[in-house]
This record gives sequence, C-alpha cells and structure tokens, in this order.
Amino acid sequence: METEKNTQQKSKPSAARDETVIHIKGLKKSFGLKEVLKNISLDVKRGENVVILGKSGTGKSVAIQCIVGMLVPDGGELTVFGEAVAGLNERELKELRMKIGFLFQGGALYDSMTVRENLEFPLTRVLKLNKQAEIDQKVEEVLEGVGLADAIDKMPSDLSGGMRKRIGLARTLIVNPEIMLYDEPTTGLDPITSREISELILQMQKKYKTTSIIITHDMECASITADRIVIMNDGEFITEGSFEKLKSSKERFVRSFFN
Amino acid sequence: MAEQVIPGWKKWLEGSGDQVLFLTSFFRNVFRGGFEWSEFVRQCYEIGYKSFMLVGTTAFIMGLVLALQLRPTLVNFGALSMMPKSLAVSIVREIGPIITAIICAGKIGSGIGAELGSMKVTEQIDAMEVSGANPVQYLVVTRILATTFMVPVLTLLGDVLGLIGGFLAINITSNVSALLYFNKCIASLDFTDFLPAFIKTIFFGFIIGFVGCYKGYNSNRGTESVGLAANSAVVTASLWIFVIDAIVVQISSLLFYS
Repeated sequence: METEKNTQQKSKPSAARDETVIHIKGLKKSFGLKEVLKNISLDVKRGENVVILGKSGTGKSVAIQCIVGMLVPDGGELTVFGEAVAGLNERELKELRMKIGFLFQGGALYDSMTVRENLEFPLTRVLKLNKQAEIDQKVEEVLEGVGLADAIDKMPSDLSGGMRKRIGLARTLIVNPEIMLYDEPTTGLDPITSREISELILQMQKKYKTTSIIITHDMECASITADRIVIMNDGEFITEGSFEKLKSSKERFVRSFFN
Repeated sequence: MAEQVIPGWKKWLEGSGDQVLFLTSFFRNVFRGGFEWSEFVRQCYEIGYKSFMLVGTTAFIMGLVLALQLRPTLVNFGALSMMPKSLAVSIVREIGPIITAIICAGKIGSGIGAELGSMKVTEQIDAMEVSGANPVQYLVVTRILATTFMVPVLTLLGDVLGLIGGFLAINITSNVSALLYFNKCIASLDFTDFLPAFIKTIFFGFIIGFVGCYKGYNSNRGTESVGLAANSAVVTASLWIFVIDAIVVQISSLLFYS
C-alpha cells in the first residue's frame, strides 16, 4: 500500500506536488466562551493525504468545516487555492465548494431520493448537466468505482452503513473535486468494512488525483490512507509526522493512539 | 429582574432578525434562475393531494354540524329559508378558510418542520450546501410556494364540501332540492364575501410554509430538536393564522362592509 502511494506521488511533476492548496495559519474559532480552535496552523500540498487524529470534541470537524466555509473563523489565515475563504462572496464560495468534496460521517444521503437521484443531484444542480446520457454514464461509472452498481435504484434506508458511506463518497466524487474532506469516514463500521472504506478512499484518491484531509480516530484508516498525520488535542495541533514516526514517538499522549 | 428580562428580549430580537434574513433569502431565491419545477410539483402533490381527504372530511362534517346547530335558532326566528345564505356566508368567509388553514398547519406545517429538521440533524442540508447546490432554492422556495398555492385550492374544495355537508343536514329534516339549495347559496354570495377570504388563504398558505421551513431549517442538532421543530411549526403557524385572520377581517370590514 505504501509503495502504491509513493509511486503515485513520484509520478507527479514536483512543482505541482509542492503547490500548497490549503494554508492555515493561527486559525481560531470559539463558540460562546468555549475556544474550540486555538491558533492552529497547517499546510496541505497538492495530492497529499493528511490525517487529523484526535479525541472527540477537540475541534477536528470544526477545522474542516472552516475550510469549506460552513463556519467562519474568528481569527487567523485560511486560504484554499490561494483564496481567503472568509473573504469570498456567495458566488465565489459556491465556485470554491465545487472544487471541494465533503464526506459526512453518516454519508448524509438525501433520504427522500433513490441512489440514482442522489448521484444525479450534484450533476444537475452544481455542474448543470442536462444531457441524460451523459448523466447516466457518470452515475454508472462512479457507482462501479465504489462497487455498488446494483444499488442504483435503492433508497438510502435500504442500504447498510458501509454502503451509505460508499454512495456518499460516490456522490462527492462525481463532480471531480480537487480536495476531499472526510469527516470520520469509518466511524460506526465493522473492522472489515472500515478497512474496505479506507482502501476505497486511497483508490479513489489515486483515480481522481485529489488532495485529502481525513479526520479519524481509526488507526487502521490512518495507516492505510495517511501520507502525514497531524495530532490534535484541545484545539491545537500538537505534533505531526508519518505513521511510522508517530508510532515510535516517546510522548505518552501520541503513543496512546497507537497502543 | 432586569438581567433576566434583557437576555429574553435579546433572544427574541435575534430570532426576529433571523426570520427576516430567512424571508429575505426566500424572496432572493424565488427570483433567481433555476427554479425547481419538478420539486415544486412534487410538493404540490404531497401537500395538496395528500391533504385533500383530511381537509375534505373535516369541512364536510363542519358544514353538516353547522347546519344542524343553526336550524333550531333559525326556526325560532321563523327564518329557516335563510339557512343556505347563513351557511354559504359563514363557510366561505370564515369557517372554510380557518378550518382548512388550521388543519394544514397541523398536517403540512409539522411535516415540513419535521422533514427539514431531520435533514438538518442528519447533515443532509449541510451536504447540499457544501456541494455548491442551493438548499434554500430546492427545499425552502418549493415548499413555501407549494403551500401558498395549495392552501387556497384546498380551501375552495373545503368550502364546496362544507356546503354539501350543509345540504345533507338540511335534507335530514326537510326536503330541499340540490338545485334550489345551491342556487340560493350562490345567489347569497358576492365578490366581497369571496375575495377577502381567498386573499387571506394565500397568506395562510405562505405562513404555514414559511414557519415550517424556518423552524425545520434552523433546528438544532439532535433528534429532540426534530420534534421541537415540528411542534413549534404548528403552534407558531396556528397563532399567525388567527392574527392574519383578525387583520384581514378588520381591513375587509373597513373596505367592504362599513
């Protein structure tokens, strides 16, 4: 798995690979008196898979919600593709969001629509496609990619947790985003399905050439997907490095994730 | 005491401000391109067709009961021949619109509040928003316009069924032909009975859709908030219906009946 990732990165032109697509510096966010993000900084290069590890309630999800403009930070710098997210107007934010995919924890499938309608939704509303043949082709292609071509006419209520995550991933990838943000993609799944989802994330990253931030506390997911791991505690990034480097860390808090 | 009152007012003002912003967002999206026709038609079907049985049955029974209750009084005054006129005016002006609106607030308002609240809790609305789609246009505009359009239609159907209920009640004790009864009903109604009642049903429909969408769209996280959104949508919309009714009756009294 490690070799696959290295080969993929080596095949990219180095200038493109070194381009910083997400730049965060001194980011702060509070809810009332509770300071959730305290001065966090992170640079994510194009094509990189960054895993953010941390206990629940440490602000991991808040950080990626700021990236996609769902939350407005109280202070600090946050640029995506060189554009300051906080300064974007409604139209510019929409354009930026078209380049970012966000996989929610539960998949967030539209439960009044079939799988097909879920996948058609971003194609017709975001990409404004209107040729049915083109839409059908994209839907079938992305469903085959996640291995669920048979589920096309099912309702979300008929799908298992793992299938919902796969369809959620398919719906996000169908618009070819340049950045993927995963909010705990394996939470609530059995170990086998968790591994399948983690491998699928890596496969899809390879196929769609995305830059990813993955929030998780699943160490297997982190070991499969991460080029770099950032550990977060109490609203701050406390350390970062490769899986192997952090695994051998002497810090007790860091080691506690790997035991 | 003052410390306790001020946060309450602050919260109320914040809520009012949020509602104004939500209303502004609705109107901005109505006139923006890319209207969701298919979702609008689906909502009209869900809201209108699926509420027809409930509204129709209630209106029919209300007409029937009203006729049965009116009869002894009219007999005492020797004015039984006024029965069709009394029924027509009371059903068209007040009972039809208000009963339909209250039923729709309960059925449709709570449904919209719970549906959007549930979508909010399960991050479906967030998913739409971060994908670059416009959830206000897809979810809010279609539902508010569908209620604004369908509540007047349901009221018209409710009025007709209420009058049929009245006809049935009259025929329990008397023998009046349908032609005579409906001729007298229609003859007793004029433009000033129908127009204010019709206009207020448009406002009723709008407020049912608006309150349902606002409560659902702005519900907090957690399953409890779904129930609260549904409940609050019914209570708030019902209150607004009576307020709008009082205002429209005052205005129409000044314009047409004074």
